[in-house]
Amino acid sequence: MSDTAVTPVPVKEDTTPHPMEDWLRMDRIPHIWCPTCGLGIVVTALVEAIKKSAFDPDLMAVVSGIGCTGRVAGYIKLDSFHTTHGRAIPFATGLKLSNPKLKVVVVSGDGDLTGIGGNHFIHAARRNIDLTVICVNNFIYAMTGGQVAPTTPNPAVTSTTPYGAFEPPFNLANLAEACGATYVSRWTALHVRRLVESMTRALMKPGFSFVEVIAPCSTLYARRNRLGSGLDLMKFYHDNAIIKNGCPTPEVGIDFQKPFVVGDFVDKERPTWHDRMRAQMTATLGEKFIPKVGPSICTNCE
Amino acid sequence: MVKADPLGVLTGSHYLDGDEACAEGALAAGVRFLAGYPITPSTEVAERCAARFPFMGGTFIQMEDELASMAAVVAGVWGGSKCLSVTSGPGFSLMMENIGLGIMMETPLVVVNVQRGGPSTGLPTMPGQADMMQARWGSHGDYEVIAVAPNSPQEAFDLTVEAFNLSERFRTPVFVMLDECVGHMTEKVVIPPADEIEVEPRYMYTGDPKEYLPYKLDGNEYNVPPMLHAGQGARFHTTGLTHDERGYPDMTPACQDVLVNRLVDKIRKRDDIVHLEEDGIEGADVIVLSYGISTRVAYGGIRIARERGVKVGHIAMKIVWPFPEKRILELVDSVKGILTVEMNLGQMALETERLAQGRCKTVLAGHAGGTVHDPKVIAKAIEELAK
Ligand SMILES: Cc1ncc(C[n+]2csc(CCOP(=O)(O)OP(=O)(O)O)c2C)c(N)n1
Ligand code: SF4
Ligand SMILES: [Mg+2]
Repeated sequence: MSDTAVTPVPVKEDTTPHPMEDWLRMDRIPHIWCPTCGLGIVVTALVEAIKKSAFDPDLMAVVSGIGCTGRVAGYIKLDSFHTTHGRAIPFATGLKLSNPKLKVVVVSGDGDLTGIGGNHFIHAARRNIDLTVICVNNFIYAMTGGQVAPTTPNPAVTSTTPYGAFEPPFNLANLAEACGATYVSRWTALHVRRLVESMTRALMKPGFSFVEVIAPCSTLYARRNRLGSGLDLMKFYHDNAIIKNGCPTPEVGIDFQKPFVVGDFVDKERPTWHDRMRAQMTATLGEKFIPKVGPSICTNCE
Repeated sequence: MVKADPLGVLTGSHYLDGDEACAEGALAAGVRFLAGYPITPSTEVAERCAARFPFMGGTFIQMEDELASMAAVVAGVWGGSKCLSVTSGPGFSLMMENIGLGIMMETPLVVVNVQRGGPSTGLPTMPGQADMMQARWGSHGDYEVIAVAPNSPQEAFDLTVEAFNLSERFRTPVFVMLDECVGHMTEKVVIPPADEIEVEPRYMYTGDPKEYLPYKLDGNEYNVPPMLHAGQGARFHTTGLTHDERGYPDMTPACQDVLVNRLVDKIRKRDDIVHLEEDGIEGADVIVLSYGISTRVAYGGIRIARERGVKVGHIAMKIVWPFPEKRILELVDSVKGILTVEMNLGQMALETERLAQGRCKTVLAGHAGGTVHDPKVIAKAIEELAK
């Protein structure tokens, strides 16, 4: 230690409010994500899309499962639910059916939504529940240390496929379309402007809307496969993404470190679960049908 | 307590089976959302709600499995409805993780388990009472549960209402532990007028939603925080992770200690969550302890033993969890033995054994399920204990 006293130079405190202050839980920042992880961008893009959408934020809810992506619900300042692994979609379904006035957004990982939660994914799309599902596809189970996922391209190295992944991965866009999603798109975390526009369209679309975001996991996927830093990988994804709006989804499968297709693939009209249920009940029961239009608890408390 | 919403109350005398009566109890208590998956012998509960909901602003959805069903009903509560799910053993197993979520998020709801013979697919159409310990311990981690066990269609109605009231009071999932026998037994059920049915209202936060902290205690006598639902402007967060009063994850042993102790103590530290029906306890040499359908068979055995001069009392448990520890401890020094009658190979009997600690004999009259007890076997066991 030096024995000369140093007078510290007073640092001028920056008092400009953070531009996201109204939308993020600032008392939870810094977040837990690694530097150059794609998740921060996804959160920013979603907030921008929510702002652009016409929804009253007080009537919006965010639901996440478990994983690195699962933590998104904890940072966005809306009613938000961090649930169990794989069950974000049925949880969101329960919220929506309990109070149909809510606009419910699911943000979760590829493993959560299409591995352990795959059954719920296909059925919510089939039913066309009015949900927006944002799937952050980092090709891996990141939170648990980088194991193979149902989305891992072959032959990527993961902690449980040390000699290269060999199971064929899902083409999520195609899966979503086949099951009945009304809106399907895929962008990378660096296509920020297009991602925001796509998320906005997804939010505004009645029915099961699905946005896949290709995002790097800098710490596990990039490092284990020697793909450079998270930023390098993000750039690689961006530069190798071929924009083809309306591309038939069977053609948008993703190979390991090869060019792949992004774009708005599906945008169609299909009656939602609530539309069909109400139509059926009205056809059968006529005026006797009393639909559930909001929370019911208070009729009980008067 | 408030009065039941008349829209859901089918006032009058009816001829119903236990499953249907259970559904009517739920509707009378105000249930307006049910997510479930078919499984014998519980399906009639869901079927009845599916048929009745459209006339009262309720919604039914048949989910893709019980994992989804349970997640959906936990969410349904946060969406502002009273919620129910219904299942039997195999589905109960699948529900366990999200029952834990319900406990951790302090979510008032009811799960009905119409028990059949197990393990695994077991005896789908025949009765069992072998999920009692699963109800108590089936999800991981430390917690306490509340469960009721009806012995007739009438009790299926009454105790389902009580289950909802307890769930709201203690902000926790409550189980209705039916069995195939009661579930499929048809008897007279009297449903009172709505203004004679007492309903525990949800304990709601009344301050400025902007100030709301979802797990901040306010000194409520049941040691639970007041609730707000999604869409009420609070923009709150809740999680299955260990959390602080803001609902934010807090991964410290200190936070874990405070939270889990409260979740346990709000039930364990009370001795008023009891509902027993007692008969002939004064001066008894033997106590028969039973619940659900076994109480009715136990009466048969008790009658035979009494005819033979044995002084035998009966405790029929209506609330089975928390176990009536205090009452059992009052009796262990004054009786020769306690006979637990249950359709399993020893579950609640272990509780009496734990409490008695050898101060009186504790014996099980049990069998593996599929049919009810033979009252003669119960009578014989009573006589043995009285010797
Ligand atoms: C029932 C259950 N099984 C396993 C886990 C462990 N687990 C936590 S996160 C996770 C994988 C998450 O992967 P993904 O959904 O792709 O999210 P990411 O972390 O990649 O964003 C697993 C397996 C769990 N929490 N619960
Ligand atoms: S482990 Fe991967 S996915 Fe998780 S925060 Fe780090 S970079 Fe992001
Ligand atoms: Mg992942």
